[in-house]
Amino acid sequence: MTTKTMLLATSLLTLPGAALAQDVPPAAQDDVLKIGLIYTLSGPAAALGEQARNGFMLAAERIGELGGMETEIVVIDDEQRPDKAADDARELVQREEVDFVVGPIFSNILVAIHQPVTETGTILISTNAGTSNFAGAECNPNFFVTSYQNDQNHEVMGAYAESEGYQNVFLMAPNYQAGRDSLAGFKNSYTGGFAGEVFTEMGQLDFSSELAQIAAFQPDALFTFMPGGMGVNLVKQFDQAGLSSMPFLSAFTVDETTLPATQDAAVGLLGGANWAPDLENEANEAFVSAYIEEYGAVPGTYAMQAYDAAQLIDSAVRKVDGDLTDRDALRAALKEADFDSPRGDFSFGVNNYPVQDFYLVEAVKRDDGMYGTSVREKIFDDYVDTYADQCQMDAS
Amino acid sequence: MANLFVLQLLNGVQLGVLLFLIAAGLTLVFGIMDVVNLAHGVLYMVGAYFVATFAALTGSFWWGLLLMLPAAIAVGLILEVVVIRRLYARSHLDQVLATFGLVMIANETVKIVWGTSPLSVPTPELLSGSIPLMGPLRYPVYRVGIIVAGLAVALGLFLVINYTRIGMLLRAGATNRAMVSALGVDIGKLFAIVFTLGAVLACFAGALIAPILSVDTGMGESVLILTFVVVVIGGIGSIKGAFLGAILVAVVDTLGGVFGPILLREVLDPSAANQTGRMLAPMLVYILMAVILFAKPAGLFGAKA
Repeated sequence: MTTKTMLLATSLLTLPGAALAQDVPPAAQDDVLKIGLIYTLSGPAAALGEQARNGFMLAAERIGELGGMETEIVVIDDEQRPDKAADDARELVQREEVDFVVGPIFSNILVAIHQPVTETGTILISTNAGTSNFAGAECNPNFFVTSYQNDQNHEVMGAYAESEGYQNVFLMAPNYQAGRDSLAGFKNSYTGGFAGEVFTEMGQLDFSSELAQIAAFQPDALFTFMPGGMGVNLVKQFDQAGLSSMPFLSAFTVDETTLPATQDAAVGLLGGANWAPDLENEANEAFVSAYIEEYGAVPGTYAMQAYDAAQLIDSAVRKVDGDLTDRDALRAALKEADFDSPRGDFSFGVNNYPVQDFYLVEAVKRDDGMYGTSVREKIFDDYVDTYADQCQMDAS
Repeated sequence: MANLFVLQLLNGVQLGVLLFLIAAGLTLVFGIMDVVNLAHGVLYMVGAYFVATFAALTGSFWWGLLLMLPAAIAVGLILEVVVIRRLYARSHLDQVLATFGLVMIANETVKIVWGTSPLSVPTPELLSGSIPLMGPLRYPVYRVGIIVAGLAVALGLFLVINYTRIGMLLRAGATNRAMVSALGVDIGKLFAIVFTLGAVLACFAGALIAPILSVDTGMGESVLILTFVVVVIGGIGSIKGAFLGAILVAVVDTLGGVFGPILLREVLDPSAANQTGRMLAPMLVYILMAVILFAKPAGLFGAKA
């Protein structure tokens, strides 16, 4: 043993807390696996957060003790307010001493909680938001994403429009960051022309003006990004306006959170996604049937991605035998993503964002009478996001 | 472009009759009872929730609409007796505070009773689909239905106000409340009737719009501001003014919303053009209000200056 390692060993023995504080959060020392969920559980977007929470809880229930450890789960409502979410995240990490923070739904919330969580060495797993900055230059070894990079679903639709040979697409999105990103993502993989490009007000409910323009311009197809209640209204009014013969391409607009409200009006509309409830594999069948039995509703991607986050934690903690103090080993175990995702192929890229397949999905009325999305064709295989090569992950 | 103009004009009229239904009650309550009722939008929301619930229970939109009416009357009467009645003698600030409190209580109650997810009401079979307009353009039958229903209610109100005893009292109350009271009219009863009528009209508007929009908490607030503009333009207390004001505001709003950006797109890039257009469209309504108030300080048909 050299003097240097002797010194190190001595200091470790005498000052264990101080030496470890750099990287190992105090939470790692105890025998309890504590997980904090931050989701939007109130307000107009509550349905999305509820799906995600349900998905995570379902996996936790099915597995029992996550990672073979006594599991404690704290659920927090961020109220879709970044300032509140940042405080919540700090409280989870510092007072509740959680080992993992899981969530949120919205990108602006993710940006707010990212630093408070990851700077303490706690692992943050986003089950929905996947902003470009954290996928590229600001990638972080303590940050994992089980959903997608935000642009990808829009790129799927752009690629589909391209393959259909559309020359004249009408674009519509709400006027805020994600809306503008959405149209940019679509344009990444679509080279044809545009019949029009409209940015609507955030939270707009009556789309009669926009639909009048669409009817007047007669585009080859409409591409839109209208999450939540906006999408419900748009889809119903699109149907009522007699436009249903026009191809309706969308992302985060026609999914299992909006279909219970739009029902028949949405059937046949197209979307881009990394999964659909009828994807054929064993893990998916088990997940979907368990979810329907437990919650009486068809799960959407929000639920599936949170379900995978629980599976991911379980697989990684088992790999390190519940020893959460060796952070490098824990991160390596997480990165292996050694679990059966309902979406089939799943692995992490260099930036800890998923490498996965993307599909064109169509809204259908299912055999059980409920509504859901259904896979129509695979658009991208093992798709890596376009920001991954900007990520220089250092080992610390 | 002519196609788009016609479509937008129809959209404007449809929004106009809807605004009229809400504004009619607001203008009466404001003009006759001198109560600033911020909770008027709540009634619009509650109407939509009622029709969603009753339509789901009975499986028919029409039954839902029919059952909504007694429920709306009940809500109107209860609100009047429990809260509004106590506000008549209070200052406008007290009224604003109390009715704003009502908005919050109502929104939370709705969340507790009906949950946070938006509800939806299926379009009635009779009015589903769309009718061909000109060329490839089509217009939803349901929106035509709203226009017809709104105009019918407007006509009904016109007849009641101009040719019945209660209408006479309403007109008199809007002009000179103290005199009506001095002549021995039971002003308490009149107020209860006025408030309930306004509540039913707002609930009816909410019920009509439910198959088009998702039924959601907070849907009342979004429409309330435009309704206040309508009331001010039309003249406080005037049903005729509310009708013309509503159509005017809605047509200016919808046409401005579409043709503003189209004109601006000639000079700006789409995102900026839409942004500017979107900012300009609601401004048009307020510019209109400013111009009208400049020419007629009491509004188009205002009784009091």
